[in-house]
Amino acid sequence: MQRAKCIEAIYPELHDKLVVTNMGACAQELYNLGHRDNFFYLQHAMGLASSIGLGLAQSLPQVKVVVLDGDGSVLMNLGALATMARYKPANLIHIIFDNGSLLSTGGFPSHTAEGVTDLAVIARGAGVPHVDSVSTPYDFMEAAADAFERNALSVIVAKVEAVGPDHYGMHFQLPENAFLFKRWIAEHVRKASESPSSMQGEIKAL
Amino acid sequence: MTVSRENSKAVYQGIKDAGVRSISALPETWLVYLLQLAGNDPEMHLIEVAKEEEAIGIAAGAYFAGEKHLLLMQNHGFLAAINGIVSLAQLYKIPLCMLIALRGHWGEPYPWHTRGGIVTEEVLRALQIPFEYARDPAKVGKQIREAYTLAHSALWPVALLLTRDLMED
Repeated sequence: MQRAKCIEAIYPELHDKLVVTNMGACAQELYNLGHRDNFFYLQHAMGLASSIGLGLAQSLPQVKVVVLDGDGSVLMNLGALATMARYKPANLIHIIFDNGSLLSTGGFPSHTAEGVTDLAVIARGAGVPHVDSVSTPYDFMEAAADAFERNALSVIVAKVEAVGPDHYGMHFQLPENAFLFKRWIAEHVRKASESPSSMQGEIKAL
Repeated sequence: MTVSRENSKAVYQGIKDAGVRSISALPETWLVYLLQLAGNDPEMHLIEVAKEEEAIGIAAGAYFAGEKHLLLMQNHGFLAAINGIVSLAQLYKIPLCMLIALRGHWGEPYPWHTRGGIVTEEVLRALQIPFEYARDPAKVGKQIREAYTLAHSALWPVALLLTRDLMED
């Protein structure tokens, strides 16, 4: 299974969600499908994509937040799985593409290579209520559809090949991505405190 | 020496007066009463992290969401969070309002705090993070508001160092 194919399969579902990616290949593969201003690519600070997702999900409880992450990044911030599980934001979906490799930084095998470390078991042990471990496109799509549908913290560990895009580059500078992402939220998402109860946190317009 | 309950209330009132709605924190002795006040405040969203670097990510998420957020940590936690501060907050121009307990400084009886205490200001300077010292409960509220204001106009991390004078009786 290829990560790019997985991202392509869920791409149509991401138009109304807040999406945060980790660095390198994962960010580029989402970008290559067509950038949207509700996508934020964390090109450094490995491990913090999930923490950004938690901050977004806790602040905007009625909007789905999707984190596209990698095994190398998650291994750098394992505590974040426990913090997510402690607060269990119902609107947070953390997808970990596990290629067993630090692909974007030299291709060295990660701790998950050859099944040594099982991130799904770690996520369950951290207390995440819904954890799926998938290795086929069909299972990935089913797990992703379930996670997008249910209102409960969900982690999907998707076993993928250690391959990435053949080129890197985006049309904007990094701070511009942050500015546009923040503006998209301000313009499209009503904050719970600013809206009547029936409209809490919903997407205003697309 | 004991942690000052009264001055902790003054700090918390300053946080509230700054309009802060959510706090990410890792517990530490000087922050105990602050965390209790935040945890018991129905208007405050408190997220306790496993390690302080997580809080940089959470603060970024809250900022993107338009929620007024503040970070509470010990100076050793600040040291543990540096890559997040540099490669997320500074790289992407994300403001951080950090209240940092300055352990290991003047009057510190515990040896294990002293290395961190001695290097904290120089690390802040190296990272070009503006900082001030909070010593007076009558002034700390204004200092918190001003730290928050500067962080958000500069789109940059700002630190207010909570000193022994303020945090202990």
